[in-house]
Amino acid sequence: MASFFGTKINPRDHHRSQIKFYLILIPLAVLMVLPILFIFNHAFKPQNELFAFPPRFFVREPTLDNFIELGRVASQGSIPLSRYILNSLLVTVTGVLLTIIITGLAAYALAKLRFRGKKLLFEINTIALMFVSSAVAITRYLVISKLGLVDSFLVHILPNIAMPVSVFLFKQFMDQTPDELIDAGKVDGASEMQILYHIVRPIIKPAISTVAIMSFLNYWADSATSFTYINNESKRTLAFFLTSITSQANVVAGQGMAAASSLILFLPALIFFIFSQSKVMDTMAHAGIK
Amino acid sequence: MKKMNHPAWFLTPYWILFTLFIVVPTIMAILLSFTYFNTIEAPEVIGVRNYIELITMDTVFMQNVVPNTLKFALIVGLFGYVLAFLLAWLLAQIPKGPRTILAIIFYSPSLTMGVALASMWKIIFSGDANGYLNSLLLNAGIILEPIQWLQSPEYLMKIMIVVSLWSSMGVGFLAMLSGMLNIDPTLYEAAYVDGIRNKGQEIIHIIIPQMKPQMLFGAIMSVVGTFSSGAIGVALSGSNPTPQNAGQLIVNHIDDYGFGRYLMGYAAAISVTLLLLVYVISKVTQKLLATKED
Repeated sequence: MASFFGTKINPRDHHRSQIKFYLILIPLAVLMVLPILFIFNHAFKPQNELFAFPPRFFVREPTLDNFIELGRVASQGSIPLSRYILNSLLVTVTGVLLTIIITGLAAYALAKLRFRGKKLLFEINTIALMFVSSAVAITRYLVISKLGLVDSFLVHILPNIAMPVSVFLFKQFMDQTPDELIDAGKVDGASEMQILYHIVRPIIKPAISTVAIMSFLNYWADSATSFTYINNESKRTLAFFLTSITSQANVVAGQGMAAASSLILFLPALIFFIFSQSKVMDTMAHAGIK
Repeated sequence: MKKMNHPAWFLTPYWILFTLFIVVPTIMAILLSFTYFNTIEAPEVIGVRNYIELITMDTVFMQNVVPNTLKFALIVGLFGYVLAFLLAWLLAQIPKGPRTILAIIFYSPSLTMGVALASMWKIIFSGDANGYLNSLLLNAGIILEPIQWLQSPEYLMKIMIVVSLWSSMGVGFLAMLSGMLNIDPTLYEAAYVDGIRNKGQEIIHIIIPQMKPQMLFGAIMSVVGTFSSGAIGVALSGSNPTPQNAGQLIVNHIDDYGFGRYLMGYAAAISVTLLLLVYVISKVTQKLLATKED
């Protein structure tokens, strides 16, 4: 029987007939992973290897020079690197938490509460999945300056909370929570907020991880907000600092720093995803649009 | 303490932010698109003149931006979507362990968010003989002179497409993979009893109808992702407009007119056009996917 299961979709065992799939998948995977390996190797190359001719892909004698250089360049400006890091951590942690709470609350109402216009709100949110925020960058700028949010820390955080895909994923996942559990909570006298926190939250943990990682990306790598809305250097974020020093004309001379910056921007997201990938997959199973 | 059971407690924070940062900017863009607005004087209503100019007089828009955007969207969006489906299908044919590792590899480029890592691509495609791609091709004897990859109109678009495709296996891809894995296995057995014979028929008769919801989600993510990643050309070439407008997409055209020339009304008309385009393409995709089932 084992061989039968081995040839089916989502097989449990290895089987010779699967070799043909690997023959396509593995070369593609190698192609996809090369640029990422390149970043890892480049970030740890000493000067002489960065400019070796002919250039070499793999690092021979890894060093932390490029990261130290980043710190040195930052210290020449008025703002120490630690300030950018602190700003980024503050923005990212607050932003991700607020996104989870605020979109989670909205999704709970759409999934489990009864009120008029519920269907319509969900429809609107689903249409907003198609919203391309960079299309309205200009009018968004006008709104934000009217609100007096320019140069305020909130401008890093608030706009990214309006994340339709997060409400959508939460709502779809909460739909799977059995109503009996919620009713049992009500019988015990719990409020809706308590039910959401004590009963629904443990069940929707996979969706929380997924929203966390998607929202993390919005905040951690966001250099545009600092560029567009913040004039006060001390309120700008790490992503802005890293992109601004590496987007200068001579990227070749600063390529060690560029690689180190890329790694700093990319690695946290990668680690985060590797640890939560099974939860993400779980969420995506319910991500359909009907 | 009063129980905060009223739906308003749950809905208000999100919908305030949603209104402020999504609805209001969109409505403002629509209104501004009917005006002349240079940010110094008050907007002056000029009717549909911006739209007429956009279609009839803006040669860069009609000759470069629109064809570029359509080409980019068709290749990155459509091909990327089909590729995501095929990769998901291939991954579904192998056991969990290797599948997880490969899925992480395919998904991880989307975590680099294209633009954030533009500096990496600049190094790889650097125009002198010491650039990684140039040096590789020079050594292999494929080219004799280093190529200015990112400054040449001939290659910029191709590189934008490669980079965007590379990072396009995002949440849509994960949704499709997950949807495929969650199809009830007894459906396959039943279908084989009913007479389907091979994996091709499995795809048409079981997989696509069963995972249509995930495919719709994936399609929207792919359309939106494609149009959002438009900034990549400017990031790679380091200039807006891109060299000879070779990599100019609608998103860049908006920035060029809005933030570059302060023609906000005109830029708003382009924004509205873009939003409409995304909406129409998403709807058409949904219709196409929906009819497949019948």
